[in-house]
Amino acid sequence: MGIKSRLKKFRTEMDPNIKELKFTMSRIKKSPLSIVGIVILLFFIAIALLAPILAPPGHPSQRGDPYMMPREGIYPEPQPPNSEHPFGTAQGQFDIYYGTIWGTRTALRIGILVVSGALAISLVIGSVAGYYGGIIDELLMRFTDIIMAFPGLILAMAVITVFGPSLDNIMLALVIVGWAGYARVIRGEVLKVKQEDYVEAGKAVGCSDLRIIVRHILPNAIYPIVIMASLDIGAIVLTAAALSFLGLGPPPGFADWGQMVSFSRGYIYANPQDPLKYWYTWIIPGLFIFAFVLGWNLLGDAFRDILDPTIRRR
Amino acid sequence: MGLRTFVIRRLLLLVPILIGVSLLIFAVIQVLSPMERAAVYMTSEKDAKNVDAIIKKYGLDQPVYVQYFIWIQQVLQGNLGWSIKQHRPVLTVIIERAPATLELAIFTVPIIILSGIYLGVKSAVHRDKFLDHITRITSIIGWSLPSFWLGILLLAIFFAALGLFPPERLSYELQVHVFSPYSGWVRYTGLYTIDGLLNGRSDITLDALKHLVLPVASLTIQIIALIVRVMRSSMLEALGKGYIVAARAKGLDKNEVINKHARRNALIPVVTLTGMLAAGLLNGVVITEYVFHIPGLGQFAAVSALPPPDLPAILGFALFNGVLFVLANLIVDVAYAYIDPRIRLG
Repeated sequence: MGIKSRLKKFRTEMDPNIKELKFTMSRIKKSPLSIVGIVILLFFIAIALLAPILAPPGHPSQRGDPYMMPREGIYPEPQPPNSEHPFGTAQGQFDIYYGTIWGTRTALRIGILVVSGALAISLVIGSVAGYYGGIIDELLMRFTDIIMAFPGLILAMAVITVFGPSLDNIMLALVIVGWAGYARVIRGEVLKVKQEDYVEAGKAVGCSDLRIIVRHILPNAIYPIVIMASLDIGAIVLTAAALSFLGLGPPPGFADWGQMVSFSRGYIYANPQDPLKYWYTWIIPGLFIFAFVLGWNLLGDAFRDILDPTIRRR
Repeated sequence: MGLRTFVIRRLLLLVPILIGVSLLIFAVIQVLSPMERAAVYMTSEKDAKNVDAIIKKYGLDQPVYVQYFIWIQQVLQGNLGWSIKQHRPVLTVIIERAPATLELAIFTVPIIILSGIYLGVKSAVHRDKFLDHITRITSIIGWSLPSFWLGILLLAIFFAALGLFPPERLSYELQVHVFSPYSGWVRYTGLYTIDGLLNGRSDITLDALKHLVLPVASLTIQIIALIVRVMRSSMLEALGKGYIVAARAKGLDKNEVINKHARRNALIPVVTLTGMLAAGLLNGVVITEYVFHIPGLGQFAAVSALPPPDLPAILGFALFNGVLFVLANLIVDVAYAYIDPRIRLG
């Protein structure tokens, strides 16, 4: 098959999806809040992409790791913003500007990895449970019930304390906590799509179960859930920051927004006469977390209305 | 299906879930080192010096399934393990600290539910008007604020700068009074606002209320969006129904229709949110109590998790929370079936 005919086949196959996408886009354009959300997110993606230009790594104190904030000396008292450090320096003289810029990459990495990890697990479990039904379905769904029987943050804390505090383990814990909700939705969607004639037709011509699930059921079942899951990136980054703030994340000096705020509680109690003395150490990274999550939530709020089938076409 | 059948069926479903919850925690315990696993069973300081006896007594050298049955027997007797950092059994710590968290919840939940419903209804009635936009934007902003950061910000402004609302549960002098065995203070409930009244010390009640303002505000700002969003969309749906149009067409007063016909029906989906609200609170108190120095369950979890972690404490607490959350969801389901007959009939 030539490239042209292949492209044509791909186009006809994808046509309903493209139409849906166009409709969704036209809806987004009408919602000013979601536009604000998109602008905020584009801003953060630009920061993440341009990080090596905005805050060039290579300071000797980083020892070749661009995610460690460069430091000058180990003097414990934070220093206010100056010409050399536009956002000042934190406890231990870590450069806050560098940390917030590279922290954008950390935040995006946390969000994308956790969502894809949770989606991957939930796709397997949800589609197997929905497609095969019976005892397999019962077992898998009771297992998801158990995971969902815990308040998320507390289960995540338990997992991290067992495996040890680190950014990787925060992500692992959030995947372990997060997949169950998606799996339940995917199972429901698969149950619906399974009834369609083209699935029966696939079975009749002797397609393998794997082929039917991957080629015929999932493409028709996962479009909304993938979007919904990716909109959870904001909430995931918020939880990860909270865990990091509790000291369960990366070590001090790592470019992670939550970690950067973690010392600040002490500053308020230590300086009741001048609580904003070291404001730059926590207000700035906190604003980055807030704006990042706000961007996702603005987009998510608009999308929930757009994707909700009961009010979608009104 | 009658309500009673529904409740019985729901109670039976509880058993496998609770067994599953315990199995999950037990599986996590298996990852621990032998010393840490022994600590999961300890009930006193003396036990810590006698690990070999613990291993023998609780069959830690036995096959895994035997260990599970011994462990679950202990758990059912209320032995959730020994907290290394608190030097007390986990259950004792939970009982000691529960009132602080309960007091926080008692003040937070009504505020969130009532103001959430009020704002949601207002937002729906004034759809796409100024009030709707303001309500939605503010609740999304609250939802997006990092809880720890918001707490620190509130502390910096209202405690450190303005001196209005302090952290912790009581002022220092009153803490001395409450904890002194000779002061004649009687601990009825452990909730200072109520005990203050029962002891005839309204100054303690007032002081406790003053200390509750910031944590309650912080939790409300974070969680209220949950209620506002659902109440708004469910109210919008109700307002579009035929019986609303009919009531209005018959010339019924607009407020009457909104308050009696639409709101009552729109409230039903909010009941299901109570489960999420419970989860939001259980999660929320961890950070809030940690930031505001409130010696409750959330702070216990946060302090236990701080490196080096207090593993028996955090696992015992996770188990306790799992059971609590499962029971909360049970109550929500039963309440929902009671309010909306379609659920138990469907």
